[in-house]
Amino acid sequence: MSDDNSTVLEDDPGEPLSWLNPLRDPADRRLPRIAGPSGLVIFGVTGDLSRKKLMPAVYDLANRGLLPPGFSLIGFARRDWEDEDFAQVVHDSVKEHARTPFREEVWAQLAKGMRFVQGEFVDNDAFEKLRETIEELDKEQGTGGNFAFYLSVPPKFFPQVVQQLKAHGLADPPKGSWRRAVIEKPFGHDLASAKELNTVVHSVFPRDEVFRIDHYLGKETVQNILALRFANSMFEPIWNRSYVDHVQITMAEDIGIGGRAGYYDGIGSARDVIQNHLLQLMALTAIEEPASFHPKALVAEKLKVLSAVKIPRDLGRHTVRGQYTHGWQGGEEVPGYLEEEGIDPDSTTDTYAAVKLEINNRRWAGVPFYLRTGKRLGRRVTEIAVVFQRAPYLPFDSSATEELGQNALVIRVQPDEGVTMRFGSKVPGTSMEVRDVSMDFAYGESFTESSPEAYERLILDVLLGDANLFPRHQEVEESWKILDPIEAYWNKHGKPAPYESGTWGPAEADEMLARDGRSWRRP
Amino acid sequence: MKIDLTDTTSSKINSGLIEARRSIGAGAVGMVLTLVIVTDEGSAYDALKAAGEASREHPSRILAVISRPGRSPRARAEARLDAEIRVGSDAGTGETVLLRLHGELASQAQSVVLPLLLPDAPVVVWWPENAPENPSRDPLGALAQRRITDAVTAESPVEQLSTRALTYSPGDTHLAWTRITPWRSMLAAALDQRHAKVESAVVEGESYNPSAELLALWLASRLNVKVERVVSDGPGLTGVRLRTAGGDVTLDRNDGLLAKLSMPEQPDRMVALKRRDTAELIAEELRRLDPDDIYAASVRYGVEKLQRVGRSGGEVVEAQDGAESAQLPPAHPVASPTRTKATPRAAAPKPEPASESRAAEPKAAKAGERKQSGS
Repeated sequence: MSDDNSTVLEDDPGEPLSWLNPLRDPADRRLPRIAGPSGLVIFGVTGDLSRKKLMPAVYDLANRGLLPPGFSLIGFARRDWEDEDFAQVVHDSVKEHARTPFREEVWAQLAKGMRFVQGEFVDNDAFEKLRETIEELDKEQGTGGNFAFYLSVPPKFFPQVVQQLKAHGLADPPKGSWRRAVIEKPFGHDLASAKELNTVVHSVFPRDEVFRIDHYLGKETVQNILALRFANSMFEPIWNRSYVDHVQITMAEDIGIGGRAGYYDGIGSARDVIQNHLLQLMALTAIEEPASFHPKALVAEKLKVLSAVKIPRDLGRHTVRGQYTHGWQGGEEVPGYLEEEGIDPDSTTDTYAAVKLEINNRRWAGVPFYLRTGKRLGRRVTEIAVVFQRAPYLPFDSSATEELGQNALVIRVQPDEGVTMRFGSKVPGTSMEVRDVSMDFAYGESFTESSPEAYERLILDVLLGDANLFPRHQEVEESWKILDPIEAYWNKHGKPAPYESGTWGPAEADEMLARDGRSWRRP
Repeated sequence: MKIDLTDTTSSKINSGLIEARRSIGAGAVGMVLTLVIVTDEGSAYDALKAAGEASREHPSRILAVISRPGRSPRARAEARLDAEIRVGSDAGTGETVLLRLHGELASQAQSVVLPLLLPDAPVVVWWPENAPENPSRDPLGALAQRRITDAVTAESPVEQLSTRALTYSPGDTHLAWTRITPWRSMLAAALDQRHAKVESAVVEGESYNPSAELLALWLASRLNVKVERVVSDGPGLTGVRLRTAGGDVTLDRNDGLLAKLSMPEQPDRMVALKRRDTAELIAEELRRLDPDDIYAASVRYGVEKLQRVGRSGGEVVEAQDGAESAQLPPAHPVASPTRTKATPRAAAPKPEPASESRAAEPKAAKAGERKQSGS
C-alpha cells in the first residue's frame, strides 16, 4: 500500500511544492483555524496547572471544533496509572473546570487519543515507552509525528527532561513533521540562569520551536491593547509624554502563597510577576507601531522598548518590597507570610514589590511607569492605568473643580475585562461643579465568544506554530537585565516592609509615589 | 422588567425603554447591534428565545416585528401598534421589544422600526420563516447590513435557494449555510492533511435539507468538479465523499453527533460534529457583519449551472441527479457507476413536494423540449 503511494508520488511531478488547499480562502472567515494533525505530551500531568487549566483548555478547544481529528494527549508522571485512570482524571477535571458544557460525543472523540506513560525523568525505559506510545498514536490516530512537549514541571527538571527527549530521539521530528517544547515560567531566576536555561533548551529544540507560556499574553484584553492603540485614531495622538503624566500597572492577588511555599520562598513577587507579566504589559503599552503583526516584527518593537528601560538611580527611594502579615482579608482571618507553612521565619522573600521605571525614548522620556504586584492585597485585579496630565488651564472657579482628578484610561485586564475612561463631568444642579465620572466598555459584554481562556488560545497557537503571543528568549533576557540590579540592591539593603493582609500594600509604597507628587489608584 | 404599551408609537416605546433601563439601574450598556426579527405569533417564542441566548455573546436590542394584518375587513382597516418592552433578566443581556402591528400598519413595519434602531450600531434582520423574495429590497431588509434567511422552513427549500441566488445582494446570508460551517472546516482540515486533487465529490443528506445542497455547491465552486447529491434518511447531513487518486476522503455522520473521518493511509478518526441549535447559529451569524463572498459564490454557482445545463441541452437523466449536478459533463469513468447507483435513491423522494430534484426538473424538461424543437 505504501509502495503504491510512493510510486504515485514519483510519477506525479506536478505536485506543487506548497499545497494550496482549494477549500480555503482568506475571504472565508467562518472557517476557524484548526490545528493540523498533532498531539500534546504533558510532563507533570498530575499537577494543579495541568488539571485546572491545561486539560480543560484541551477539552474546550475540542468542543469548539478547533482540534484536529485524532488529536492525542499523553500524560507523563510518576503516578502508577493505567490509560483508563488517566482518562478518568482528565474527565473529572474537565467536568469541573471546563468553560464550555460537557458533551459526551466530544469526550468520546478526545478519550480515544488519551494515553498515560508512567515514569521518573531519569527513567530511560519510560522515555522509550513514550517514544513507542507516540509511534503507536501516529499509526492509530494519525497524529503524523507532530508533538508538542509541555513541561509543566519545576524548572530544575527542565535540563533532565529535554536531555532525555534528545537521547531518545523524541526531539527530532520525522521528515515533514514538527516537535515543539512548551515551557512555563519561571524562565530562570536571574539573567545568568535564564541564559543557561535557554542554552539547555535550545541545544535540543530549535529556537523557533520553543514556546514560552506567559498566560497573560493569551488574554483577550491584553491582545486588545494593540487593537485599542493601533486600530483607533483617538488614542494614539495623546499616547506620549506630551499628554501622559504617568502609567500604573498593577497586578494584585487576594490569595497568599497557598501550597506553593517550596517554589515561592526565595523567588518572591518581583521575579514571579514583574519580570514576566508586568514587563510584558508595560512593553505592549509602550511599544511603537510594529510594521506588521508578524512575530518577528512584534518582538523587534518589544525588544526596543525593553532595552530602553532605565531603572532609577536611587533604588532605595524608588523601589519598595513588602511582606504580608497576619490580618483580615475580605472577612477571613489569614496568617502572615512568615507564619505560612514551610516558610523560614526569617525569610526576606518579597510578597509585594513596586518599582518605578522610565523608558528612554522620544515618546516616553520623563514619564514614569509604576509597576506593582502583591499577594494578599485588597482584591484580585490586574489593570493598566494611563493617567493623563491635568488640563493646562481651567476656566472655572477653583471651588468648581476641587473634585476633578486626572483623566485616565484604564485597561482592565482581569477580572471584569474591559476599558474604563475617567473624565470630568458637570454635576447636575444650578452651580458649576465638575467631578470625575467613569465611562465603561465591558469586554465581557461585547463580541466575546464568552471570552476563551488564555490557555485555550495559547495551546492552539502552539499546535499551529504561531509564536506571536509567546515571549522570545531575548525578551526574557532583557527583562532580567532590568530586574537583576533591583534584586541585587534589595539583597544588600534592608528587609521587606510589612503590610497587613487585605490592604493595598505597605505605607512605604504610598510614600514612594508621594515623593513624586502622585498617588496609587485604588484599583 | 416588562412594560406593556397598547395603541402606542415608536417615540413612546423609546421613552419606555429609557424608563425601563433607569428603573433597573442600568445604563445604556454596550449593545453592539440591533437585531430585527420578522415573525408571526407562532414562531415568535422560539425565535426570541434563540436571539436572547445569542445576545449573551452579542448584547443587542432585539426588535420582534409581529404582523397581525387581521382577518376581517374591519380589523384590516384599523391600524394599531402594541408593544411589549422587556429589559433586564427577561431579555438576555440586552433589551427586547415585541412590536405587534395590526391592520394596515403590518405593511409599514419600517416606519415603526426605524426610530427604534440603536444609533450607529449595525442592523441585522432575521426572517425565521417566510422571508421575502428579495430580502435587500424589502423595506425592513433595506435598513439592515445583514439579512438572515432560512430555507429550511420554506415549503420547497431548494427552490428557495435558487431564488436566494437570483436576488443575492451583499449582506444576505442563510442559516442553512451557517449550519454547515463545522462540516466545511473539517473538510478543509482534511485537505490540509491530504494534498491531492479532488476528482469528484458526493454529498449525502436528507431530501428536504438545503444545507446538503449548499455544501455540494460550495464543494463544486471551490473544487471545480462534479458533485453528486445523494438523498439519505438523515438526520441532516449524513456524509461527504471526496474522491482523489489515492483513495477517498470521507466524512460520515449517521447519528447527528459524532462523525468518522476516513482518509487513505490513515486510521479512521472520530470527530464531534453536533447539529447546533438556532441560538448558536445566530451567534455565529452575528460574529461577522461583512458580506459573505464565499456564500455568494456558492449559492450563485448553482443557478448558473442549472442554466448552463438547460442551454446546452443536457439530458433529463443528467438533471435528475440533483439540482446541482455537474456543470461539466462527467468525463471520469469512475463517476458513472456511482451515479447510476445514486440515481434511484435520489429519484425516490421525487413525489414529495420538498424534493430537491423538483427544482431542476422544470428547467431540464424545458431544455429537453427546446432541444427537440431545435433539432
